[in-house]
Amino acid sequence: MRVEDVAVATAAHPEAAEPPLDAPTVIEVRDLVKRFEIPTHRVDSIKERAMHPFARPETRSLIALDGVSFDVKRGEFFGIVGRNGTGKSTLLKILASIYRADSGRIRMAGRLAPFIELGVGFNNELTARENVVLNGVMTGLRRDEAEARLDAVLEFAELEEFVDLKLKNYSSGMLVRLAFSVMIQSDAEILVIDEVLAVGDAAFQQKCKDVFVEMRDSERTVVLVTHDMTAVEQFCQRAMLLDHGRIEALGEPDEVARRYLRLNFERPPAASEDGAAEGPATADVRVVDAWLAKPGGERTANVEQGDRIEIHAVLEARRDVPGPSFGVTIANADGVEVTGFGAIVGLAGRPEDHFGAGEQMHVTGVLDNRLAPGRYVVGCWVHRDHTYADLVLHVAHMLDFVVYGTHHMGGVVSLVEEASVVKVEQPGP
Amino acid sequence: MNVAPAAPELKEVRGPSALGGGTRRFWDLLWLISVTEFKRTYFGTVLGYFWSLLRPLILFGVLLFVFTKIFRLGSTVPNYPVMLLFNIVVFGFFQESTVSAVASVVNQEGIVRKTQFPRLVIPLSIVLTGLMNLGLNMIAVFAFILLYGVDPTWSWLLLPVIIAVLLVLTIALAMLLSALYVRFRDVLIIWTVAATVLFYATPILYPIEIPGLSTGIRTALHVNPLTPIFEQARVWIVDPTAPGAIEAAGSVKGLIAPIAIYLGICGLAWWVFKREAPRVAEAL
Repeated sequence: MRVEDVAVATAAHPEAAEPPLDAPTVIEVRDLVKRFEIPTHRVDSIKERAMHPFARPETRSLIALDGVSFDVKRGEFFGIVGRNGTGKSTLLKILASIYRADSGRIRMAGRLAPFIELGVGFNNELTARENVVLNGVMTGLRRDEAEARLDAVLEFAELEEFVDLKLKNYSSGMLVRLAFSVMIQSDAEILVIDEVLAVGDAAFQQKCKDVFVEMRDSERTVVLVTHDMTAVEQFCQRAMLLDHGRIEALGEPDEVARRYLRLNFERPPAASEDGAAEGPATADVRVVDAWLAKPGGERTANVEQGDRIEIHAVLEARRDVPGPSFGVTIANADGVEVTGFGAIVGLAGRPEDHFGAGEQMHVTGVLDNRLAPGRYVVGCWVHRDHTYADLVLHVAHMLDFVVYGTHHMGGVVSLVEEASVVKVEQPGP
Repeated sequence: MNVAPAAPELKEVRGPSALGGGTRRFWDLLWLISVTEFKRTYFGTVLGYFWSLLRPLILFGVLLFVFTKIFRLGSTVPNYPVMLLFNIVVFGFFQESTVSAVASVVNQEGIVRKTQFPRLVIPLSIVLTGLMNLGLNMIAVFAFILLYGVDPTWSWLLLPVIIAVLLVLTIALAMLLSALYVRFRDVLIIWTVAATVLFYATPILYPIEIPGLSTGIRTALHVNPLTPIFEQARVWIVDPTAPGAIEAAGSVKGLIAPIAIYLGICGLAWWVFKREAPRVAEAL
């Protein structure tokens, strides 16, 4: 199933990937609370302040972190996941001494270098050489150390020839390479990285992944904040899920990733909350109801990858539709029609041959769900007179659902049952 | 290689601050940022350094014309052109540094919000860049002084004292204004105007002993903490017969008010900046 993981496991030392439970703690966070006072009306000028000198600016309080405690051990690759606005970034910024916590305590052993964004403080008017040194000092190196690592940085970024070129003349790809290279060449004991994998071309991403694998297996302590559950499962030895400023789960990465995906997708998407789109009022047929069901018939909004699903639709004819045929299509978020089902149900003489006004039909499809994780849109059409020419109903978006899961190796469907890599023994001479 | 590292010592993380991150890092950052900014100004344009000298020189030329050809003030003051040029260049440092420091912390938002960064470095680097500028301009000023025919005296060596006293005030104002600007965006407009007012409320164009001033104006002049700095500079550098800070103030007592204001600004600046520094990232 996961070719890439197999490859990684053979290349690295399997024992190094184990969480170093007996290692000393390097980050200790206790009861961290952070509240933001969001002014409902911002006082930005002295005049406003002078006119209402005693009026306390109206604010509403937003609790970003609500008593968070955890430890990170030395050498650990620690993942922090959570939906947007659940306190991940705030936590990161407090760890990095960018924000101050309202209460609680953080203790840390060793130097921490934060990478909240690639290339922070890069100045377009300066050359790569100057920027690398400047950035190094900003992330905590001494000046001589920052100068000493210049070559290593440029070598990793493959930009040796462009060392004296001003950054404004760099392509965006070159910039990303330089910025990432600056990051991984930081010799801080603790690295805090926020969502940086999502940049650069495929080749560079592969390089980043290699670096992360290397970091995971080294003595480096890395705290990675990400949305990418594949990355969590692949790199992290432990992970933590934040929701509404609290720790929702803490432990094995795959378990945390699963909890994250459930949290994210099990709530019904807004589009289907008010029932199915019934189609244009002028159509001869309308959709009465449409839903997704687990095997056995229980309705559900979303589905885990690999679980069988049923798609149901109840249609009602407004006028007589002789010789109806029904179809259901399933398209992915890119609009690609992945699969579909349907039939000319009404062969002459059968009761279904006639879809009389006021009658209802129940269309069901049972799917062996090989859909890749992602969002899907279910559409529906009805023709009359046994031909595909005479359309009486076409609803492009009858229902949508999300397939959640982490085993995604690319493509729109997952068809591979098993994958393995085995060394071929050469026959002796 | 296989020596097990000792259990690391956990240290309290105190969050962002004015100085945070260690002294060494503070100075490294300050130096590096100032020097790159300085280089950028001078190597970014074709005429480089001359542009920075051109501004005070043009201002000097205009004012010299006005006050020697139109108002005839210049002819009554010994070494007037020398005094004028020196004062303009020195005040230029004060004005440019403080004005460009106002928005500096806000302009560096990207850094402030994304790295662990001692906040104080930002306004300080602006002032330091200004100081480097001043150093270069001083070479031109002293060349002019010599060409004009002023005899060099030992008191010229006291110039760094003058600059140091002015530097402290400049830094204090840079800190104060940049911290306030995060909350109040009209600080920039107010200070731009205030700096122009200060230009005329300090003995730059005219000597302190100029006759015909009302008591009110004279009091304002004496309270201005810049006045003793410029007056002392005049007696040390330009004209040994000038009154100097104490004589100009009447007595040592006369210096109490400007010194109190000077120290008050410094204290206030430190207090405000220290208080605001941890919150800057959130307020932006």
